[in-house]
Amino acid sequence: MAPSFRMKPPMGEDNGWWWQAAAEGKLAIQRCTGCNTLRHPPRPMCGECHSMEWDSVVSSGRGTLSSFTVLHHPQFPGFDYPLIIILVELEEGTRFTSQLVNCAPEQVAFDMPVEMLIQEDPDGFRLPVFQPAEGSHQ
Amino acid sequence: MTSPLHNKAAIAGIGLTGFSKKSGVSELALAAQCVKAACDDAGLDPGKIDGLVSYTLDSSDEIEVARAVGAGDLKLFSKINYGGGAAVGTILQAVMAVATGVAENVVCYRAMNGRSGQRMGQGVSGNIISSDLIHWSWYMPYGMLTPGSWIAMIANKYMHRYGVTAEDLGRVAISQRHYAQSNPRSFFHGKPLTMEDYLASKMIAEPLRLYDFCQETDGGCAILITSTEHARDLKQKPAVIRGVVQASTRGQEQMTSYYRDELDSLPEMELAARLVYEQSGLGPDDIQAACLYDAFTSEVIMQLESFGFCGPGEGKDLVREGALDINGRLPNNTHGGLLSEAYIHGMNNIAEGARLVRGTSTSQPSNVEHVLVSSGVGVPTGALILGPD
Repeated sequence: MAPSFRMKPPMGEDNGWWWQAAAEGKLAIQRCTGCNTLRHPPRPMCGECHSMEWDSVVSSGRGTLSSFTVLHHPQFPGFDYPLIIILVELEEGTRFTSQLVNCAPEQVAFDMPVEMLIQEDPDGFRLPVFQPAEGSHQ
Repeated sequence: MTSPLHNKAAIAGIGLTGFSKKSGVSELALAAQCVKAACDDAGLDPGKIDGLVSYTLDSSDEIEVARAVGAGDLKLFSKINYGGGAAVGTILQAVMAVATGVAENVVCYRAMNGRSGQRMGQGVSGNIISSDLIHWSWYMPYGMLTPGSWIAMIANKYMHRYGVTAEDLGRVAISQRHYAQSNPRSFFHGKPLTMEDYLASKMIAEPLRLYDFCQETDGGCAILITSTEHARDLKQKPAVIRGVVQASTRGQEQMTSYYRDELDSLPEMELAARLVYEQSGLGPDDIQAACLYDAFTSEVIMQLESFGFCGPGEGKDLVREGALDINGRLPNNTHGGLLSEAYIHGMNNIAEGARLVRGTSTSQPSNVEHVLVSSGVGVPTGALILGPD
């Protein structure tokens, strides 16, 4: 078993709120309140209308795999290998980089439907990860 | 309209340290050695250096290098961001300074204990909150901590979309390893690579294997830029800069541009291509050899498309035809490149570009007039076209 302490994200004003939502079990997507454009990763100004006003929506957690990689080496403490990293195209239209769990590395495929779950590490850190969507096992 | 930079400056000197896995000296020592070597190559007194440019990642500040080599008054000092994306950007700073009269003799350098010191694959961490660190926060907690992991996401998508195979990546690795056999500076000199070896090498970040990765290296490389006119009076045949540009596009991230429309092409490299062709008045048909940035094999195939040597998805076909080899359409990284010579963050690829124009490569193809050199892939980048006086 790998040690339980994964590297924690540095948090500042532009991203801390997102990780707080994750700790509460939500996959948040930042939304510009000027023009309603969704954006991820979060940033302080809307590149479309330049508004600095924003709120967020909660993603359904459903999406498909735009791409993925399976990491074998180097192996960092706090992660189990092979480690499946995915780029999810969320239903809402933004993309999100995450980890795929409950799936054998040889089963990962492009365009595979996935669903979000919140993983809680033994040290209490929580973050959104994904698993194959129910009924999508091949 | 002719660009004010076109043909105004030239590479007059190139300088290298030895390349190794453990230099045993400081990075400043490597920087001073390569800068001095570039001046010696040109026959220029280091006291005449009036500009120094490096990478933000370089630990040797301009004035430290200046004191070490005995440079006099500096009129330009500058560092360029974004890892290997900085390589050509340093040359752009120098060319702008020389073309405008801001400085006369500018040396661009990168010196690193890239294996024995801070390794690129060591991951990112830190306590000071910056916009850059917040960028990495989206990847660190998921275990995406290395360049290979960041590049693999795009490589996998690209290969899936266009049917690029492991053997295609292997062909790039083997072609460059073959060049390394003629280059005694290469880490892999005397160690040829077969397809069998390549395919048997350890999987690191699917679809990338060990031999898809460049060499972590201790070493330094410096490039002396001066006016084309002045370069004529120095020792070496000038490698005249036909065009030099930086390029970053909408939605650009450093290594992880996963949120823009294009996941299977390199928009910033396409921009660099358009700009450098415009500035030079040249096109892909005018280029006979290249040093396409090769921290990873997949990047070479993708750039064949970005720079218009073929259409989208056709890079693999060029590679299968042997285009990258010495008698091919576009001999590429004839020194062995970052994959097989050394990884000096792309600076050593610029040095090889100058050698190809001089006609002094250890694998010199016949009839080279123009050479294309690119900077880092997946980051804000740049491109350079060199030609004879």
